[in-house]
Amino acid sequence: MQKYSIFNLVKNAFSNHQNWDLAWKDPTPKEEYDVVIIGGGGHGLATAYYLAKEHNITKVAIIEKGWIGGGNVGRNTTIIRSNYMHDENGLFSEFGMDLWRKMSQDLNYNVMFSPRGIINLAHSDAQMNAYARRGNSMRLNGIDAVLLNREQVKEIIPMADFSDNVRFPIFGGLMQPSAGTARHDAVAWGYARQADSMGVDIIQNCEVIGFDVSAGKINGIRTSRGNIKAKKVGLCVAGSTNILAEKLNMTLPIETHLLQACVSEPIKPVLDNVVTFGAGHFYVSQSDKGEMVMGGDLDGYNSYAQRGNLPTLQHVLTEGIAMMPFLSKLKMLRTWGGIMDMSMDGSPIIDKTHIEGLYLNCGWCYGGFKATPASGWTFAHTIAQDRVHELNAGYSLNRFSTGHLIDEKGLGTKTWIS
Amino acid sequence: MLYINCPHCGMRSQNEFSYGGDASVKRPELNKEVSDQEWDNFVYNRKSLRGKHLELWQHISGCRQWIKVERDTATHEIFRTFKADEEVA
Repeated sequence: MQKYSIFNLVKNAFSNHQNWDLAWKDPTPKEEYDVVIIGGGGHGLATAYYLAKEHNITKVAIIEKGWIGGGNVGRNTTIIRSNYMHDENGLFSEFGMDLWRKMSQDLNYNVMFSPRGIINLAHSDAQMNAYARRGNSMRLNGIDAVLLNREQVKEIIPMADFSDNVRFPIFGGLMQPSAGTARHDAVAWGYARQADSMGVDIIQNCEVIGFDVSAGKINGIRTSRGNIKAKKVGLCVAGSTNILAEKLNMTLPIETHLLQACVSEPIKPVLDNVVTFGAGHFYVSQSDKGEMVMGGDLDGYNSYAQRGNLPTLQHVLTEGIAMMPFLSKLKMLRTWGGIMDMSMDGSPIIDKTHIEGLYLNCGWCYGGFKATPASGWTFAHTIAQDRVHELNAGYSLNRFSTGHLIDEKGLGTKTWIS
Repeated sequence: MLYINCPHCGMRSQNEFSYGGDASVKRPELNKEVSDQEWDNFVYNRKSLRGKHLELWQHISGCRQWIKVERDTATHEIFRTFKADEEVA
């Protein structure tokens, strides 16, 4: 594989950049693979990469219905964090933070990881207490957390509304300084390029139409480009999880919902951090191009539409303007939507299934992007070793029947309620 | 904007409603032995269909009644609405 470096950049400049190698190939599906990963998003590509890198399993195919990186890895708001209270989520995400820090070097691809810090605003004394508790839990798990008072928050984000007559005054906030953002497309492309170079077949425009299961064991998949035999199959399809589960006669604790995001016109640098509104569900950061990147609630009803509806957008942006009034002066540049695999406790599932050789990775709710490397790493381990790693042991499929829920937000089964 | 035809009040905008999830889920009968699997299916497991989906909505800023709505989850088209206790053929 051609290394991306300043020297190669200069060298290729002499030929007007016409002679770069393709970043990944376009192979036709082989008859058989050791592992087939369904879903060419961030998690699927990362899984294939770690299967090859950590477990030396390279007879791997990624099967993607559309094009790689066209789903949620291309539709998120690029936020990376590990500010969780529960051990399962905190330790898993913090393991991911380490992978994020090394990712650009590891993949020889600039993912523009920018640890600019995330601030969750608090708007009451009770919320400050809750954040103090969450921050302490984080620190016990080795995650950086700083509790900020009102004055400290004002110093960092003076453009927020600190006037006296607001409905939700800012009392303070919880900051994770090491959190940040990364360029989402580059994450997908970086993993794809490295996986491809190690022998993984990335097969696009190939829809899975069925599974070949006999005697409780998976033997392969049926696709729009023919049948493919496989010893092991991993599902990494986010919002399409229920559609594939139905073909396997499985009913999962997952509902598919619609989540929107939007960006404003680009403006000069104004916001250094990621900031979330604590009295509702709204978050904002500023992209390198200067756009304000914003998001919030789900549209609130089951949907596979991948496009949003205005009432929710209006609701979310009303919260944004309550937090930072200057946002009302900006014009909206783009809005878009993606479909989320909402699990019934708000936490993901990375586990084996009752079918031998079939593995499940789903339930990422609002937080799939930041989990990309840790999800790929642990899912690769689960597939390669046929057992879960201690990092994803809590993300079991049967926790719903045993009662070991990981209900970080205390939302119960209706995770789509806003 | 979705427009939902409330069987009690007529056509109203979605802003007046709140969503209540899959209406085809049945609570297990209490006068018989209920297995863990049955509870699991009732509380957690959902088909989350792509296409026609029968679901509960509450007309929260109107008559406050729960209603059933048959809606396409891919196109958001609403086909029919029913009162909560109406049987859906």
